[in-house]
Amino acid sequence: MAKLLIDKDTCTGCESCIPACPFGALSMKEGIAVVDEKCTFCGACVDICPVSAITLEKEEKAVTIDITTYKDVWVFIEHEFGKVGSVSFELLGEGRKLADAIGCKLCGMLFGDQETVDKFAKEAIAYGAEKVYVMEGPLLKEYRTDPYAKAAVDLIRKYKPEIVLFGATTQGRDFAGTVATTIEAGLTADCTGLEIDPETKYLKQTRPAFGGNIMATIQDYPNYRPQMSTVRPKVFAMPPRDDSRKGEIIRETLQMTEDQVRTKIVEFIRGAETINLADAEIIVSGGRGVGGPEGFKPIRELAEVLGAAVGSSRAAVDSGWIPYEHQVGQTGRTVRPKIYIACGISGSIQHQAGMKTSDIIVAINKDAEAPIFKIATYGIVGDLFTVVPMLTQEFKKRLGR
Amino acid sequence: MKIAVCIKQVPDTTDVKIDPKTNTLVREGVASITNPFDEYAVEEALLIREKHGGEVHVISMGPPQAIEVLKNALAVGADKVYLVSDRAFAGADTLATAYTVAKTIKAVVGDVDLVICGKQAIDGDTAQVGPGIATRLGIPQLTYVSKIKEINLEKKKIVVERLLEYGREVVESSLPALLTVVKDINEPRLPSLLGIKKAAKAQIPTLTAKDIGADENRIGLKGSPTWVMRVFSPEARGGSGEILKGELPEVVPLLVNKLMDTKFIK
Ligand SMILES: Cc1cc2nc3c(=O)[nH]c(=O)nc-3n(C[C@H](O)[C@H](O)[C@H](O)COP(=O)(O)OP(=O)(O)OC[C@H]3O[C@@H](n4cnc5c(N)ncnc54)[C@H](O)[C@@H]3O)c2cc1C
Ligand SMILES: Cc1cc2nc3c(=O)[nH]c(=O)nc-3n(C[C@H](O)[C@H](O)[C@H](O)COP(=O)(O)OP(=O)(O)OC[C@H]3O[C@@H](n4cnc5c(N)ncnc54)[C@H](O)[C@@H]3O)c2cc1C
Ligand code: SF4
Ligand code: SF4
Repeated sequence: MAKLLIDKDTCTGCESCIPACPFGALSMKEGIAVVDEKCTFCGACVDICPVSAITLEKEEKAVTIDITTYKDVWVFIEHEFGKVGSVSFELLGEGRKLADAIGCKLCGMLFGDQETVDKFAKEAIAYGAEKVYVMEGPLLKEYRTDPYAKAAVDLIRKYKPEIVLFGATTQGRDFAGTVATTIEAGLTADCTGLEIDPETKYLKQTRPAFGGNIMATIQDYPNYRPQMSTVRPKVFAMPPRDDSRKGEIIRETLQMTEDQVRTKIVEFIRGAETINLADAEIIVSGGRGVGGPEGFKPIRELAEVLGAAVGSSRAAVDSGWIPYEHQVGQTGRTVRPKIYIACGISGSIQHQAGMKTSDIIVAINKDAEAPIFKIATYGIVGDLFTVVPMLTQEFKKRLGR
Repeated sequence: MKIAVCIKQVPDTTDVKIDPKTNTLVREGVASITNPFDEYAVEEALLIREKHGGEVHVISMGPPQAIEVLKNALAVGADKVYLVSDRAFAGADTLATAYTVAKTIKAVVGDVDLVICGKQAIDGDTAQVGPGIATRLGIPQLTYVSKIKEINLEKKKIVVERLLEYGREVVESSLPALLTVVKDINEPRLPSLLGIKKAAKAQIPTLTAKDIGADENRIGLKGSPTWVMRVFSPEARGGSGEILKGELPEVVPLLVNKLMDTKFIK
């Protein structure tokens, strides 16, 4: 068992470690720090202590598997409504770097009916995959946990990839959790950074936790492979597409029949607005500052002139002013548009988690102290009901619309 | 109908702030609460019990303090609650957590008809424990559920609506099944005075690794493939933070100029 030790004699009682513990496991007792059972051995306190009084003893785990048999970087190619999720291409771009760093192949893993598989395997190759492992059949037409998980588990067991990456979408997160449990592999959730050690091939996965308040870097113990992560959409750039690339397609058959699948999709009710936030180049967003459902009118008008999508903060969604599909942030969509215009949004850390990688951020807020101005490229302090219509007029004039 | 609900005690992250000087997490006075999504899970179980009869069993793995969240569950009307707590569970990642919770469900509830989890915990934020428990129990999972449309106990089936990026998916599944619920699903009730009194007096059973028959290689740090190496505060975005000053009739065209110059507007 692991142990967190605080050396009583070294501890000066400076209390630096107390607030550093994300779990509130440290407290002061008679002038020295003590740890209680809330400690999860995360190690956050160790480096904080100015006198190195804290040490974390982790049990050395015996390596029980032959990790040299695991190779290649795999990316799950997800698709919905006849389109590959752009996150899958982003992951091929990032996967390329990882594969090059450790000198292995970059591969796609793709399931669907015959038509989709043929088309999307080519796309995966155009975005950099050297091999695509596919399973096809009517059972795999749409994503369902049972057949997809069975397909992935069979392939992973047979071909033993070193790394498997999934998009941190609802599909990817539903899927990856099942696959990782079945093969008893580590799975790091919702990553925003990946880094690989070329020597040891250990993948350092960085992700936000605690509602975006902290970042954590996570690594798998060596006796678990593959190293798996779900990765947040829009954190990595789209790689260039090259349709002249050649790749190998490896076909396997799914050993499953429809009566073994425990769920059935009855129907799909599309969101009210078809515009896809995640792919939008420009987004105009409204927050609590719009004051009500009708407050989105000027926002929509500006969006229309710019050909932009409409986003919102959670406060506006929770108030019932706009459907959830529009929510940007930690518990909504992550977006990475060229221009993000935030109107009447304070810029909470959770909202930022979904939009701060936008190229240009424009903030319109009547409170000059609002945190959104700290991350904005340009800001205007003012009432959105005056500023936004003026912007709309001015853009109309310039664009001749 | 036998329903198991899994709940987690979490720090109230809306109160957690980063101290800009020391770059550490300030959590003085931060309260521990029931993971908000798990309150919806408990409420949904109670609603199902009201409609179809049965028992609601609530389980939490955590330190002894997690008894508090179980008391809350009792106060709103859960039939039975269990704390699973053992030093050997410390350092569990989602694989080990799901194993432990699934083992507990088998040990104390036995054959369940439905397991309900929250969509995700607001501290670890992984949303992996629900699918993990379902896989360990060998039952289908329905994640991101925003509505239960139908439960048919005779035919052993359930129909739910799942809230996804592009809309809502209506899915039918066999029972038993595991659901993870989003906050659209209901409005959690407040405990009654009587409920609070009853909960305060209740003896809450605490189970250890041995009680649930756990394999020591699959729990706690030992059963966890992932390792949190480092925790740090998020980088601030280096926005140039140019606030355009002046009267609006000048400032607005200035902003439009700057945005038109980017060539992103077509
Ligand atoms: C676990 C968790 C997850 C979360 N996930 C998300 C998420 O995904 N997305 C998200 O957005 N939030 C999320 N939140 C909520 C987040 O913490 C904030 O509460 C929310 O983002 C606030 O929304 P807001 O900026 O619109 O509202 P407020 O913070 O109330 O800000 C409103 C702003 O509008 C300005 N304003 C008011 N009137 C006007 C006017 N007439 N003209 C100009 N400005 C005006 C005000 O000055 C203020 O700055 C989450 C919270 C938690 C705990
Ligand atoms: C900073 C940080 C980052 C982490 N990142 C990862 C990671 O990427 N991968 C990983 O495997 N582990 C990770 N962990 C460990 C993980 O947080 C713990 O395993 C935790 O016990 C469960 O994960 P969660 O909080 O994300 O829960 P989720 O999976 O988000 O919880 C979903 C639901 O499962 C149920 N549930 C969760 N925990 C319990 C419980 N203890 N008792 C009863 N029901 C429960 C609840 O219904 C909850 O709503 C991380 C820990 C920290 C501190
Ligand atoms: S190791 Fe992590 S959980 Fe334990 S006391 Fe230190 S900071 Fe807190
Ligand atoms: S930071 Fe180190 S010296 Fe200061 S109270 Fe904590 S253990 Fe003691």
